[in-house]
Amino acid sequence: MNHRLLPLASRLRRELFATPLDGLISVGLVVGLGAGLQALLHWALTQADWAVVQANSTLLVVGRYPLEQQWRLWLLTALLCGAAGITWGLLRGRGWPRSDRLAAAVLLVLGVVLPASLGLTAPIQQRWWWITGLLLLGRWAAGCWGAALPLRWRRLLPLAWPVLYLLGLGLIGGGLGLMTVRPSQWGGLLLTLIEASFAILVCFPLGIALALGRRSALPLLRWCSTLYIEFIRGAPLITLLFLGQNILGFLLPGGLAPDRVWRAAWILTCFAAAYVAEAVRAGLAALPRGQWEAARSLGLNMAQTLLHVVLPQALRVALPATVGQFITLLQDTTLLSLIGLLDLLGVARAVMANPEFLGRNAEVYLVLAVLFWCCCAALGLGSRALEHRLNRHSLRSEP
Amino acid sequence: MNTPWWRNRRLLPLLVQAVVGLLVLVTIALLLGNLVRNLSAAGLLLSWRWLNLPAGFDISETLLPFNAELPYWRALLAGLVNTVRVVLIGLIGATALGTLVGSAAFSSNGLLRRLSRTYVELIRNVPLLLQLLFWYFVVFLSLPNGTAAIQLPWAVLAKSGLYLGSTQLIDGVWHGSLRITLEFAALLTGLIIHSGAFIAEVVRGGVAAVPRGQWEAARSLGFTPGQTLSRIVLPQALRVIVPGLNSQYISLAKNSSLAVACGYSDLYSVAETTLNQTGRAVEVVLILLGTYLAIDLIISLLMNRLNQLVQIQER
Repeated sequence: MNHRLLPLASRLRRELFATPLDGLISVGLVVGLGAGLQALLHWALTQADWAVVQANSTLLVVGRYPLEQQWRLWLLTALLCGAAGITWGLLRGRGWPRSDRLAAAVLLVLGVVLPASLGLTAPIQQRWWWITGLLLLGRWAAGCWGAALPLRWRRLLPLAWPVLYLLGLGLIGGGLGLMTVRPSQWGGLLLTLIEASFAILVCFPLGIALALGRRSALPLLRWCSTLYIEFIRGAPLITLLFLGQNILGFLLPGGLAPDRVWRAAWILTCFAAAYVAEAVRAGLAALPRGQWEAARSLGLNMAQTLLHVVLPQALRVALPATVGQFITLLQDTTLLSLIGLLDLLGVARAVMANPEFLGRNAEVYLVLAVLFWCCCAALGLGSRALEHRLNRHSLRSEP
Repeated sequence: MNTPWWRNRRLLPLLVQAVVGLLVLVTIALLLGNLVRNLSAAGLLLSWRWLNLPAGFDISETLLPFNAELPYWRALLAGLVNTVRVVLIGLIGATALGTLVGSAAFSSNGLLRRLSRTYVELIRNVPLLLQLLFWYFVVFLSLPNGTAAIQLPWAVLAKSGLYLGSTQLIDGVWHGSLRITLEFAALLTGLIIHSGAFIAEVVRGGVAAVPRGQWEAARSLGFTPGQTLSRIVLPQALRVIVPGLNSQYISLAKNSSLAVACGYSDLYSVAETTLNQTGRAVEVVLILLGTYLAIDLIISLLMNRLNQLVQIQER
């Protein structure tokens, strides 16, 4: 016991009490942080009234999506979770490393505790259990038998994600025999996720094109891309959203202007594309000229050079900055509430305006902040894991 | 001579540019054509005469004197002055906070280092708008009034505002030599705390970019820790920090347009009201975009001058 305690004590001493001043700072910080934490806990456990979140959890998650059509969202959630489990299993194989066991445990706890603490009815709680079970089952099954699949099939499996995305948009929006649910009825977390995912997916290729344009040898392409990027980066997003809501209708021929929700999605996309372009441009700039020249002198044409030599390396360098932009984009979707859309924050503000829940701002904002924090931190973590994986790969391929 | 035209290295670039140029021109022409047609149908063709009409709305707090009878351009100008005020004070505050937090990441105190990291991670992963709403609605609007207000020797923070200088309580209402509205205080707090986290990362990156050997060499030459920082490390770190600061300052200027969330009348909020009253969408958006672009350019110009000062003077 002594040999375990001693390093801790000496470490504490080195970390916290190296000099008298450090000791003073440490004591001050411990006292201050302790008091703050105690006040927060006291508030959360005794003064806060979490009924506002419990009573409005459905509203916060899907907005005014028609009740009798919500089975489509459940189906979509199940499909997405199943696909996520299978992808996870295929990536990891048969083994369950410690990080996977930890993630599975966290998912299990979330799947059981979260629905219960939100005060959902028993059938809905059970649905969440099923969905969590499906995810873990997919992980287990794909881990066991994924490797046995023919290679040709496994190559095709990543294509399932774009198909699933389009299917999801179809399920949400309706059509083809399903009842149409107009975008104005989408709301809450659902709307936030649709807007963010759409903008992320579309702005990425757009950003790459703009970055290539800005570094092009052709002056006209260079000028156009530069002008666009600098114009967008010079304007606050809110003024561009404002432009989208008030002027886009004038710019397009009558009737062609998209719905308010899609207008905002396109503005977000165009906005993010300029920032992604700058991230990708930095990646392109980091690539030695010799790579271009070597590829060209090997007889690759322009498209092959880009696709096989330049972009794989440049995008790897640009990955952290690009994901950083995606995280910003996810956060920027909150601005939609300022132009009257009912995204997560918009719904939350509507809930707080309800006289029944007056003065319960702190609870709602805290829940929203935790939700955003988790999403953004997860994206950042994923980016770091991917970066690690790619770098490991590149080290192995270079002798 | 035998190369086919699609491999011709002179012709091809010209052709590509011609096609792209044509596409861009046609798109712009189409959009502008629609704009003119739709605007004239709505009777809103581009005109600036409405700027001289009386605004008819009031602005809650202005540095320039303003009332509802003054024209729209005065309203927009008052909004601009409000924006500039919050940006200037915000820049100073965020730089101070960011420098403090960024250098805390190098403290010998482990707790302080971790606290600095936690602050940055916490702030960067929560949307600014949410933070601003939190500061305004949860923190500042729940402040007590009267004798229960938070009193410091030189300042009083009450629900009716932040009073600085010599303060006194008269009939349950605070008076001070300088009163700052809660809207302004909330916006400023939110912006400084948000930008401070980003600037802390810039500062941390800049200091981390100075090789360890520079610290050790300075210390072994007998420099005190303070001298090491000010004479050796900072001049080198600044070369990395200043370009990063530039983009953070521009972000702060653009983020100030979220003032509308706190009920502070900045340029964007005045412009929104103006649009609602006049319907002059195109002109209002042009003014907004032009003004923010100008603010960004001014910040960029100043920071580029600063950048030239801190770069290595090579002979």
